[in-house]
Amino acid sequence: MIKDITIGQYFPGNSVLHRLDSRMKLVLTLMLIVAVFLCRGFYSLGLVFILTLLLVLLSRVPVKTVAKSVRPIVFIVIFTAVLNVFYTSGGSWTYQFWIFKISEKGVMMAVFMAVRIVCLVVISSLLTYTTTPTALTDAMERLMSPLTVLKIDVHTLAMMMTLALRFIPTLIEEIDRIMSAQKARGADWESGSLVSRAKALIPVLIPLFVSSFRRAYELAFAMECRCYTGGKGRTRMKQMKIRFSDIAALIFVCLIIAAIVLMDLFLSKVLL
Amino acid sequence: MNEHIINFENVNFTYDSQEDCNSPVLRNLSLSIDKGEFVAVLGHNGSGKSTLAKLTNAILIPSSGTVTVNGLDTKNDDNTNAIRQTVGMVFQNPDNQIVATIVEDDVAFGPENLGVPPAQIRQRVDEALAAVGMYEYRDREPHKLSGGQKQRVAIAGILAMQTDCMVLDEPTAMLDPRGRAEVLNTVLELNREKDITVIYITHFMDEAVEANRVLVMDNGEIVLDGTPKEVFSQVELLQSIGLDVPQASELCYLMKKEGLPLPNDVLNAQECIDALVAALEEYRCP
Amino acid sequence: MSVISITGLTHFYNKGTPFESVAIHDINLEIQKGELLAIIGHTGSGKSTLIQHFNGLLKPDKGVVKFNGSDIWENKKHIREVRFNVGLCFQYPEYQLFEETVYKDIAFGPQNMKLDESEIDRRVRKAAEFVGLKDELLEKSPFDLSGGEKRRAAIAGVLAMEPSVLIMDEPTAGLDPRGREKIIQLIKKYREETGSTVVLVSHSMEDVARLADRILVMENGSPVMLSSVKSVFSQRSRLVSMGLNVPQIAQVFSGLRSRGLPVSADIFTVEEGVKELLRVSQGRGIQ
Repeated sequence: MIKDITIGQYFPGNSVLHRLDSRMKLVLTLMLIVAVFLCRGFYSLGLVFILTLLLVLLSRVPVKTVAKSVRPIVFIVIFTAVLNVFYTSGGSWTYQFWIFKISEKGVMMAVFMAVRIVCLVVISSLLTYTTTPTALTDAMERLMSPLTVLKIDVHTLAMMMTLALRFIPTLIEEIDRIMSAQKARGADWESGSLVSRAKALIPVLIPLFVSSFRRAYELAFAMECRCYTGGKGRTRMKQMKIRFSDIAALIFVCLIIAAIVLMDLFLSKVLL
Repeated sequence: MNEHIINFENVNFTYDSQEDCNSPVLRNLSLSIDKGEFVAVLGHNGSGKSTLAKLTNAILIPSSGTVTVNGLDTKNDDNTNAIRQTVGMVFQNPDNQIVATIVEDDVAFGPENLGVPPAQIRQRVDEALAAVGMYEYRDREPHKLSGGQKQRVAIAGILAMQTDCMVLDEPTAMLDPRGRAEVLNTVLELNREKDITVIYITHFMDEAVEANRVLVMDNGEIVLDGTPKEVFSQVELLQSIGLDVPQASELCYLMKKEGLPLPNDVLNAQECIDALVAALEEYRCP
Repeated sequence: MSVISITGLTHFYNKGTPFESVAIHDINLEIQKGELLAIIGHTGSGKSTLIQHFNGLLKPDKGVVKFNGSDIWENKKHIREVRFNVGLCFQYPEYQLFEETVYKDIAFGPQNMKLDESEIDRRVRKAAEFVGLKDELLEKSPFDLSGGEKRRAAIAGVLAMEPSVLIMDEPTAGLDPRGREKIIQLIKKYREETGSTVVLVSHSMEDVARLADRILVMENGSPVMLSSVKSVFSQRSRLVSMGLNVPQIAQVFSGLRSRGLPVSADIFTVEEGVKELLRVSQGRGIQ
């Protein structure tokens, strides 16, 4: 049933990664993404690739599930690889095949780019696999709180995100109900010109808008009744604490970044 | 006098958007609610019962007259926070009062707004969820719950604010019979065990019979105020203002008109059976 | 003659996913022309899923649904026609109103049927009059109507298609006693005037007792009872074990019988109850 969908890709679990502080995870993910882009050679990229595999294992998310997150971008990976193979030249050998010239450098670049994209996607997916949407918005709210100095209302932005997450499944159910009711009166979204199909959305969008306004109105009352007056003076039941494992993870990632820089400087012949 | 937790004095109310100011939603209404009471408010749609509910916690302010909560006047903005910490409200639509993506976070919303220290919030949330029988659902997502479960979460949210009084505005109107029973039983228990004053707005007779006091509203006024037995014996009046009585009450009322010696105040099937058996004793087969 | 005939109907939720489960299982049902069939069952028993198969909103995973003798899914292109003949009115139908005026909203169904203007006009006015909406309301925005008027406008939108089978899912949900009574009278009148078949899904045993010819009881996706009102309501303990009940008046009479009063067991409305008690007492005369 539509009711049973879960927002985001969160995969319930109790692994090391699941238990890290959400703010730290957000920061570390950004750092790792930067690390991937820092790699300029096969040794450093290889290190990142191994690290990515290690993280997948640590997360205890099944490999099949992780592979699903890569599926949508397989096309891009192949496309990039092909472009590099045929349009980059250099290196110590070339292979002529009909009108195509395949060079050593081309092949190396293709592989390099492909591995890079895969690492990027898997690392960011691991963040959403091991962190609930709620924890992520919480983390973003707390990380952004220094911005209140610049008069940016961080709390309200976070509240909007939370409410959106809360109501997406409810709205999806509502759309389904409205569509069924209009279908029962002969509405048709499957045949006809593009224009007529667009027009056929009106009987769904208008009731949805009307009910959403009513929903917002009632929700505002309910929040006021529970003494909501914005972010000032609010406490939070769930406290976030930085623990030893979080510091350890941070140090580890810093070391990885240092290793990448050093490897590229001294070890391999660099590709980029 | 200090026992009155909520007091209405000569309250009139007209919505700003109303075209006709001569036909107010509430007319010269006076009412006192004592601590610990379970008051059911009955009325057809448009009788003013929902407006009455919204005046108890300063969502609406009287056009004239005064509403006081524990002595605090709702007209005074400074009192609003204190009033809302005394009178909590549960609404009709189960979905449109749940704010968070996880049940326990939603129950924590009220205490968080009040600035309660985190450890205390945790305790209040756990106790509130246990009191409504939803503790096992604390880390579920609200959209996966049934209507009755969502309403119980909303009730827990008010409990966690530790209000003395709870107003429920047609809390079961959108629920199935199972959900209705869950919600009513939860609220009855809270009233009996935690001495929480309850104002329960409904149009279901079988729920109103459980209260210890029933108010019947029509056209902005209170037309009946008494125990369930006193109120439901007025079958003709209730039917004339568009309300029902339980089938058992109606049967006894009609048979009484036909001459059978029956009491006025039958409320449920069992009382009806007992009364009819007594009246028709001579027709019983041995 | 059965107007709707269902054999071996089975439908799964989330078919093909790890969350697959049975919504309704192996249902066989013949709905007779002109009858009022009530469907009762706790939430989750499959009632909503079942009725959405009658007008082709859902496709059976197994089994056949026939309307007037022919399989409704034989030609996928004609499935919309079925929906004009088997009208389904959902719960809280007022939430589907969308047009600029009440007139246009009621006309939505007939317009989709590609009828000509004069026919659409006739149907819209007839439906509006039937549900008790005054002419002046037709030009207003549906959002300016009262709650009860909105619901009647939405019902009119389905009636305007002049379906030979009308399915109503909890038509009295959320209404106060006055509103409920209006809807019940509307359904009664509709049957009397058009001879249409009606399927009523309801949680109110009292409403069911007043309106239905037969009752289908659903539990956990399967039909567990299908019989006359009398026969179904006489099985009170079985119904209670399923989380359902019988009208209060039936409980009273069952209690009276067990205490030795020679009253009939087939009393399901207050009127019948009064008549029966008079019969028993006036037989010997009362003061």
